[in-house]
Amino acid sequence: MSGVAIARRHRAGSVYPHWFYLPAAVVYGTLFLAPTVASFYFSLTRWTLFDHEFIGLENFAVLFREPALVKGMTNTAVYAVVTSGLKVVLGLPLAVLLTSDVVGRAYLRSVVFFPVLVSTIGVGITFTVLMRPGDGLINDGLAAIGIKGPAWLTDPSYALLSVALVDVWKGVGLATLIYIAGIVSIPREYFEAATVDGAGRFAAFWHVLLPLCRPATVTVVILSLIGGLRSFDLIWTMTRGGPGFTSDVIASVIYKQYQAGFYGLSTAGNVVLFLVVTVVVLPLSLLLGRKQVEL
Amino acid sequence: MKALPPRRPRWTVVAAVLVTALALASCSPGDLGSGDGKVSLTFLVDNSDASVRPAEGLAKAFGEKYPDVQVEVEVRPQGGEGDNVVKTRLSTGDMTDVFLYNSGSLLQALKPAETLVSLKGEGFLANVQDTFFPTVSAGDGVFGVPIGGAMGGGVLYNRAVYSRLGLQVPRTWAEFMANNAKIKAAGVAPVVQTYQDTWTSQMFVLADYHNVAAAEPRFADDYTANRTSYARSPAALKGFQRLQEVHDAGYLSPDFASAKYEDGLRLLAAGQGAHFPILTFVVGTLVANHPDKVDDIGFFALPGDDAAKNGLTVWTPSGIYIPKTTGGEKLAAAKRFLAFVASPEGCAAQTKAYAPTGPYVVKDCPLPDDLPRAVKDMLPYFAAAGGTTPALEFVSPVKGPALEQITVEVGSGIRSAADGAALYDRDVEKQAKQLGLPGW
Repeated sequence: MSGVAIARRHRAGSVYPHWFYLPAAVVYGTLFLAPTVASFYFSLTRWTLFDHEFIGLENFAVLFREPALVKGMTNTAVYAVVTSGLKVVLGLPLAVLLTSDVVGRAYLRSVVFFPVLVSTIGVGITFTVLMRPGDGLINDGLAAIGIKGPAWLTDPSYALLSVALVDVWKGVGLATLIYIAGIVSIPREYFEAATVDGAGRFAAFWHVLLPLCRPATVTVVILSLIGGLRSFDLIWTMTRGGPGFTSDVIASVIYKQYQAGFYGLSTAGNVVLFLVVTVVVLPLSLLLGRKQVEL
Repeated sequence: MKALPPRRPRWTVVAAVLVTALALASCSPGDLGSGDGKVSLTFLVDNSDASVRPAEGLAKAFGEKYPDVQVEVEVRPQGGEGDNVVKTRLSTGDMTDVFLYNSGSLLQALKPAETLVSLKGEGFLANVQDTFFPTVSAGDGVFGVPIGGAMGGGVLYNRAVYSRLGLQVPRTWAEFMANNAKIKAAGVAPVVQTYQDTWTSQMFVLADYHNVAAAEPRFADDYTANRTSYARSPAALKGFQRLQEVHDAGYLSPDFASAKYEDGLRLLAAGQGAHFPILTFVVGTLVANHPDKVDDIGFFALPGDDAAKNGLTVWTPSGIYIPKTTGGEKLAAAKRFLAFVASPEGCAAQTKAYAPTGPYVVKDCPLPDDLPRAVKDMLPYFAAAGGTTPALEFVSPVKGPALEQITVEVGSGIRSAADGAALYDRDVEKQAKQLGLPGW
């Protein structure tokens, strides 16, 4: 490598010639940008797949009058907050446990991570069977210790939370993994210094570990919040938004419009979902990211 | 480093060989189709027993009669997912050579005049009963021939329970509710409901249409033109109210919220449930799952207010259609297949493959004598003058997609009848606008 070559590369601003970007740009453009732009247009039309008619903002007006959507938005918020909250609350202690000198640590780590690897649909079907009110294993187990379990998925007041719990079961392994990575990256010296200063285990956790693994918390919260906001597969497998509309989330409402053949309306719903996710996640990401820098 | 340059050509050769091999491999299967002068037709049907078995029976019988044509049955999901498969394949020109799909309002959403081959003027249409044509027509085209028998929407009931309690088949809603009270007192669940299969929840509304039309003969036209609706018409609202009534009276089977329709049939066959409002196509499942109880299960139409106007709401059979993408020798073969379906030979092939769920709408197609009891109970309604009315979805293109969720809510006590009907009106409005109907 001669000095001249390095200087030329620096002038170009990049190691590679610009046309190297072209294949990626073409793929990204045709598969992501073009459909996104097209979907903004189709959200303003009444679209039957065979033809479409421009109707302005009527789809959005219809969508916001839809009681299922209002219910779906509340449910989505509840679902996202419950799942991301529980993943933090359960993931952190699990990670602390699994970074300590516990017996069978490697085995326990794989056990915690295992549900992440299983297909969501498989998990959904399995838990639907386990949660059957009459003859499901969960209620049979509860009955053995004298508790009459609720109709987990068919009682309107439990359905959404039951699905959220299964989501946590499936997702907490990933949260734990992120926390484990966060915790092991904290230099041991901080803990030693804290011990020298007379801090107990709890104080070390509260004043050293917790603040220093804030990047991990940010990642877990944002990832699971986004996941919660656009959650669909598990809910669709387990309740299909039912009973009635009681466990509908934004994505399942949109999917039902699509199923019914209201393609313009469902595209409008996707635009709304896009905006909601942006509005929720962008400030959150900035806020949490800034705190991390201040630390 | 020095070893690298000579290797490059070799990798190129390997890559070239691989690409060529792949290209050749992807070429070969498509060429097998018409190599021996045989035409092969693909035939898309939904994956329910009631569709697949008659379809395969027809394909087999047709192949025996015309060895130069081979019909291959392909399956798709049922319900909304299946509708999307059909719509997507039609709009992308990827549809099979012939396909099975609902007649009535669902067919209208396929824009048949733009996507399907009109059969008007084909000789074989003369074999089909006139009542079927309105459900497969659009503009001045006729697009399908019927597959399967007509279905009744009404109440399957356990005759053993009825005779033990000394009950009579009810001809009015009041009699039905009086029977329910006695059945409940005897410790049997009066009304089986199965809300895990959400479509089953709609029967109190949809199968009540004979009674709606008896009270308001102009309902279908007014409904299509947005002059009446389920919330505005007292006769139509009754379906929702009665659904709420059976729930509020505590007449529903236990576990109705988590049961599937097979569970419902099991309760009914075992005599743990007395009534099951449903479509008669489930009789096929009943025969398969509970062969020893088939004679115990009878059928009656959903009763209304007036015993004198008692009658049955009928679901017209599905149709078989040819998309415009089918052409040439395949189109000719497809028309021969449709002619075969709409012939007495076609009916015989279907009867052999699957127990009929009701009378055929093809001329000269007698039903076998050994019909299940529930299907036999339907026949008197067809024989009586004014004894049957086609369901609303066959006389009006307007049908909202969310009815089954709304009726689950009303039937589970989550939402009131009036509220449910009003919500359904809004659902229907979306569909009507999507179809571009005048007056909406």
